[in-house]
Amino acid sequence: MEKLIHQFELGLFFWQVLIFVGLIFLLKKFAWKPILDAVNDREEGIKNALLSAENARKEMQNLQADNQRILQEARMERDNMLKDAREIKEKMIADSKEEAQAQGLKMIEQAKAAIESEKNAAMAELKLQVSTLSLSIAEKLLKDELSNKEAQTKLVEKMLGDVKLN
Amino acid sequence: MVISNRPLRFIIATLVACLPLMTFANPEVDSVKVHTEVAHETTEQSHEGAHAEPTDVKSKIKAFIGHHVLDSHDFTFFSDEVEGKHYGFSLPVILWDNGLQLFSSSEFEHGEAVAESNGNFYAINHHDGKIYKTDASGKIIEDEKTGFPENERPLDFSITKTVLSIFIAAILMVLIFAGLAKTYSKNGGIASGAGRIFEPVVLFIRDEIAIPNIGEKHYKRYMSYLLTIFFFVLFLNIFGLMPFGINVTGNLTITFALAIMTFLITNLTANKNYWGHIFWMPGVPKVMRIVLAPIELLGVIIKPFSLMIRLYANIFAGHIVLMSIIGLMFIFKSWLGSSLSFALSFALSILEILVAFLQAYIFTLLSALYFGSAVEEHHHEEAH
Repeated sequence: MEKLIHQFELGLFFWQVLIFVGLIFLLKKFAWKPILDAVNDREEGIKNALLSAENARKEMQNLQADNQRILQEARMERDNMLKDAREIKEKMIADSKEEAQAQGLKMIEQAKAAIESEKNAAMAELKLQVSTLSLSIAEKLLKDELSNKEAQTKLVEKMLGDVKLN
Repeated sequence: MVISNRPLRFIIATLVACLPLMTFANPEVDSVKVHTEVAHETTEQSHEGAHAEPTDVKSKIKAFIGHHVLDSHDFTFFSDEVEGKHYGFSLPVILWDNGLQLFSSSEFEHGEAVAESNGNFYAINHHDGKIYKTDASGKIIEDEKTGFPENERPLDFSITKTVLSIFIAAILMVLIFAGLAKTYSKNGGIASGAGRIFEPVVLFIRDEIAIPNIGEKHYKRYMSYLLTIFFFVLFLNIFGLMPFGINVTGNLTITFALAIMTFLITNLTANKNYWGHIFWMPGVPKVMRIVLAPIELLGVIIKPFSLMIRLYANIFAGHIVLMSIIGLMFIFKSWLGSSLSFALSFALSILEILVAFLQAYIFTLLSALYFGSAVEEHHHEEAH
């Protein structure tokens, strides 16, 4: 122990403390602070980069989910539209069918009516024609008959007899 | 992965941290005992003949190791014994002895000569490498019992080998880390250059030492100290393993200075809770509180003391053992023995590199732990 105490050297202690304390402050200013700050900054940077990457990934996922949702919606809409279109088509067909039927019926009616009126007109004309023809025939006959008195009388008598039969 | 690793690492760390306490609690004296023997032997020798250098290889190696672990006033890389030449450079000696005394350490001629400055004579003691006041003859009187010189000592503020090493380490650290800090802004927040290999270490200290032990809330205040002390101890430990013969962290003064700083920071930044737990332990009977207070107070001092001894003993012992095994090569002087001790010293060097990192880690970890206990906030007050 005495040997150890004897080894102690005040001058050396003085220099050691002086140099070491100086070294601490010098290195603190020029080395440790910039080094630790740079390392901290770098670590923060890495942390932030990782965080933002994670965020971007989440955002991407959200976006993807959104896309999926929108796609789903679009598909549903399309389906609906198709369905509607089909319905409309069917309805249109049915409607037009009905209308056509009604129209046809109406046209048939009209045609029937027209035919009827035409028939009546034709009949009337026929009657007129027949009556005119019969008159002219009768006239001619009369003219002939009137020239032949005897036959005339005979004919009238015959006609009268026919009428009675009728 | 990290979570599963942590407990294991902590168990190993605490184990290793406790190891020196057990191993060195006794051998601490042992390693010093070897040293004491050296001192005694050389003392005897110097008593026999003035400045008698050890002659046989064994005691020469002992003396060399003894000198290596001490601080020195000049920087010697190696020396040629035969020619008596020293390869290295001398350092300035700054003494405060009735005024400033400034001269080069070359005046001591590696401890052989007496240096004179403003009419005062100074000599270096061979045993502890310290400067003593003496007369023109350079006589140093030693205490019969302790072997310590009785001469008066001037206040020695010399730039010794250790001080120079600290300077170099400090400059290196400033260059490396200030350079590293600059690359961040240039390179868009990412480190570049050679300094980037230290970035994971800095992050390790923040994430594995500071935050778990101190807490998210307070750790920032201590980061500068923890980082500085980790790299300071690590660099100087590694310096000690390089072939310049530097032993800084195996010097008690240095570890004392580091430990006292941890001690001061711990106690100066401590909150009410910390002192409350020391002087008036909550949750125990009143009588026990009175008994516990001195024990807790002792713990406050023991904590940094163990820090000081642990680092010192580990590095000091590492140097002694490694140098002894290297010295064995010259004692064996045979193909088998020398190559064996070479292999052993190689293996030990690798172990020492591990120890260099480990001790820096442990010093920092324990400092963080003490800081953590100082700023800890107790949320279980209601339970007491």
